[in-house]
Formats: sequence, structure tokens, C-alpha cells
Amino acid sequence: MDKGLLTVISNEPVADRVFRIRLQGDLVKLMDSPGQFLHVKCGPGIDPLLRRPISICDVDLETATLDMIYRAEGSGTRILSESVPGAEIDILGPLGHGFPVGHRKEGEHALLIGGGVGVPPLLYLAKRLVKQGVKVTSVIGFGTTEQVFLVEELGQLGEVYVTTIDGSRGHKGLVTDLLNEQYGLGNASWDVLYSCGPFPMLKALQDRYADSDKEGYLSLEQRMGCGVGACLACVCPASEESAKSYQKICSDGPVFEMRKVVLS
Amino acid sequence: MTSSRLAVNLAGIEMKNPVMPASGCFGFGREYSRFYDLNRLGAIAVKATTVEERLGNPTPRVAETPGGMLNAIGLQNPGVEKVVAEELTWLEQFDTPIIVNIAGTTTEDYVEVADRISKVKNVAALELNISCPNVKCGGITFGTDPVIAGELTKEIKKVSDVPVFVKLSPNVTDVVSIAKAVEEAGADGLSMINTLLGMRIDLRTRKPILANQVGGLSGPAIKPVAIRMIWQVSQQVNIPIIGMGGVHSAEDVIEYFLAGATAVAVGTANFVDPYACPTIIDELEGWLDKMGVQSITELIGAGWKS
Repeated sequence: MDKGLLTVISNEPVADRVFRIRLQGDLVKLMDSPGQFLHVKCGPGIDPLLRRPISICDVDLETATLDMIYRAEGSGTRILSESVPGAEIDILGPLGHGFPVGHRKEGEHALLIGGGVGVPPLLYLAKRLVKQGVKVTSVIGFGTTEQVFLVEELGQLGEVYVTTIDGSRGHKGLVTDLLNEQYGLGNASWDVLYSCGPFPMLKALQDRYADSDKEGYLSLEQRMGCGVGACLACVCPASEESAKSYQKICSDGPVFEMRKVVLS
Repeated sequence: MTSSRLAVNLAGIEMKNPVMPASGCFGFGREYSRFYDLNRLGAIAVKATTVEERLGNPTPRVAETPGGMLNAIGLQNPGVEKVVAEELTWLEQFDTPIIVNIAGTTTEDYVEVADRISKVKNVAALELNISCPNVKCGGITFGTDPVIAGELTKEIKKVSDVPVFVKLSPNVTDVVSIAKAVEEAGADGLSMINTLLGMRIDLRTRKPILANQVGGLSGPAIKPVAIRMIWQVSQQVNIPIIGMGGVHSAEDVIEYFLAGATAVAVGTANFVDPYACPTIIDELEGWLDKMGVQSITELIGAGWKS
């Protein structure tokens, strides 16, 4: 983890209000763990003041380039979406603990479940898992077909199921609709689940597998201050002692073992 | 690296430079020790400590504002015994003064923490957070009434073995009267200012963004308020002031000195740039040259001294 300036290589829309930015610089060499995030200063000066946490979508360690996919939603990300190639972006990272993959064994089957702008970190994860000989199936959900991205790239790494809420692409409904035998995604068919997406989706997954012994990891999101664990802005209750203590999403997470956090 | 030109004496505490991270914006230092050697800091003000563990407020706890941020963390901390055993012990490796911020909801709470913490060998001073609601006085904050603030200060001074700085709230009609009251009660110095109460509302949900509804505004947006209050107070008291509120650069430090501060604390800037404190320290000496002064102490209150 450190702070540095990365150069914009490209910054193009990939879906409705969603951009993919490619950055290059020495700092990228530290980014070898899928599921970590970067704390991005979207523009110079004091407005917007704070950094924005954005997940790492893909990394090429050889060329020292990384990709992030983000939605231009608020003031910071809108400014970021206007960055042109050659510009320099102030990056702090990589931060947090990513998806644990070191203990995966060849021949295992991993289920990658993503929703909206929670999908991007699953790409780097899928690449890593496939390299380790793990079979990957992605189930990714969006609002409408205009919002869909990364289907082809994830498709090169394993089977991909797409859901949209309005049914304009793929299955009409939610990602959880597909997690059954009909789609070959019943509990017995996979070994581990990795997920990143909106809170209700993560909560639905946690509830669904609460009574099972399935292994799973959820990547959480929250408004952040420092991004390094000092300010205690982005916390969530830890499950072990129920409401007795908090986990810091930025530094203890953002990825947590499925049953270690309380999503309420 | 450091030069005596930046050294200040803060109520008897020798600081190699006048820059410290502000309480609540630096944890207990561990996170930032991964970026640089904490010995570079003039002092370290660590997170507010209470008698018992505090879990803090529900999330969201922060919301951004133009040039600033609102926070309602809720004094999350592990409680005084754990702070002493784990955090202050860890900080023993650094040769820089440690200032511990203390908080509570009754005078007894404050006294208990002050008594315990001020006896720890590497604690150089206490910073009294008087912006907490006093449960025995119907929830009025200790810091908004000169009499209550003075009485609390007096009780803390009775038990403290180290200098006591009182951190003043800007959410008052007359900050000078509070400053004078705590000086008279024996305060060794003042920290100015704590955050300004504020709120943001989400247009989509039509509800406040912060789960706590209201929060404390910090960052560059509040600097002019702090400068004004320090300007007013420093001319009316004879105790040193740690200036804080939106310090992001060496220029800001100079401005605080001109207003009457003897040291500064860097808060929100740490979140924007983890290297904020050492960067500011590095740039300070150049500013002394520009200002044509040998020692930074020459600038204390230079804005109003004739």
C-alpha cells in the first residue's frame, strides 16, 4: 500500500453511466490480490475533498496497468469520468483484504455472484481462480440491458448467467433466482461462493446459506473516510459477539467470510 | 530534517515542530505508522478515550460537503484500560509527545479517565473533549456553558499529573467567555476548534445522510471560523492554543500562528493524504524564509500584536 500518481491510458463508457478507466504506473505492481480497492482522488483541490473507494477490476502486472469500472454517480466519479488519457490520477492503495484464493484446489468449482458495479472485482478474481485450475461460473445481475457489462470477458473464463430486473437481457429477476439445481447451481454443485454487489443481494446470499456449511465470501461497501482503518467511518457489526464490536470495512475487509459480519 | 526553527514550547511540552495529527483523525497512530516514521510529528493527539468501550453510532457515519466533511463516529474506542494496555504501550516506541483526548457523559467519567491516563508514563498531556452531552445536566454539552466547562476543568486538574488542554466547541454564542472560564479553572492550554454541528439531507430518500442525523463539520470549510475564534480568544487568555480546523498546508499553519496559535493539529487532511502531516512539516521552513522570521514562535499572534 502506498500513494502515487498513475497515468490514464484510457477512460471509456462501457454501459449506461458506467466507465472503464485504465491506469498505468509503478503502484500497480503492489496490486496482486483480487478484491482489493483503490482510494481515488477524483480531482485536484478541496472539492470534492475526500477520496472515492473503487474496486480493482483487472490488473496486468507485466505492463503495470490496472482497470477500474465505476459508475459516474456523484460529483467525484463524474469528474473522474472526464479524465483524459495522459492525465495523472492520485491513487492510494491497494487497500483492504481481498478475496482469499490461496487455499483453492485444482478442480474446485467457484460461484462468482455480482450485482451492478459490484461485478468488476470478479474479473480479476476469475482470472486468478482459472489460473489455479478452479472452474468458475459467474452469475451477474443488472437493472436493464443498458447497464450490462463484462459479460464477454467473464465468458472467456467460464459460464456466465446474466439477470436483469426488467428482463431486457438474460433471465428476468435477481441473481438468487438462478442458484438452484435447474441451472446446475444447487448447493452440491459448487465449493465456494464469492460475491460483490448491493447490500440486499449480499444479505439475500447470507440468509440463503446461513444454515448450510457452504464456504462463501462477501465484499462490502460503505461511505469511507480515510480508507486505511483510522477514522472508523465504514464499520459494520461483527457477528461473533453480535453487536459487541465492529469490523472496519476498509481495513478488516472489504471482503469478509460470509458469516463473520452482520448485515442488517 | 528537523530544525530548531520549528520548535515550540506548548505549556511546557517541548515539540520539535508545531504539527500534530488531530484527535479522532489518526486513530492511535498504527495505521499511519505504515506510511512514515511517527517521530517526525511534533506530537500525536490520539483518539477520544472513555471509561468503558464505546461502539459508536450506526452507519453512515460520514458525509461529504463542499470543502469539508460531516462525521458522527460516536467516540468509538475500546475503553480506557485497553487504550492504556494496548495503544499507549504500542506508542512507547516513539519519542514524540502523546496527547490523549478524553471524553465522558458525567464528570465522574472524565475524572476516572483523566486520573488513569495522566499517570501513564508516555502521556504528555490530556485534551479534554467538552463537546459531549452531560447526562446529569439534561444533556446540555459541557462545552456550551462557562460554569459547567469551568467546573469540569477544575475537577480534571485536581487528578491530572500532566497539562490539561480544553478542546473548545465552536457551537456557542461567546467562545471567549468559555475560554476565560476554563483558563480560570486551571486549564494549561486550549484546543480550538472542535467540529461545527451540521447536517446533509439525501434528496432521493428525503432523509439525513448520517444515521445520527447531525454530525461535526470539519475540513477547509471551517478554517475561517477557527481562525476568527483563535484571533478573539488568544487576545483574552494567557494560555497557549492548539489551532485546528481544515489545516491542509504549511500556509494554513502560518495563518493559524498569525491568529494566535502556538501549535496546530491536522485532521481531515490525513484522510485525503496520509502523508499530510510530514508534507506540511517539510514545507514549513520555506515559509519561515518567505516570512523573514528565524523561528516560527515569532509568528504567534503576529496578526494582532502591534
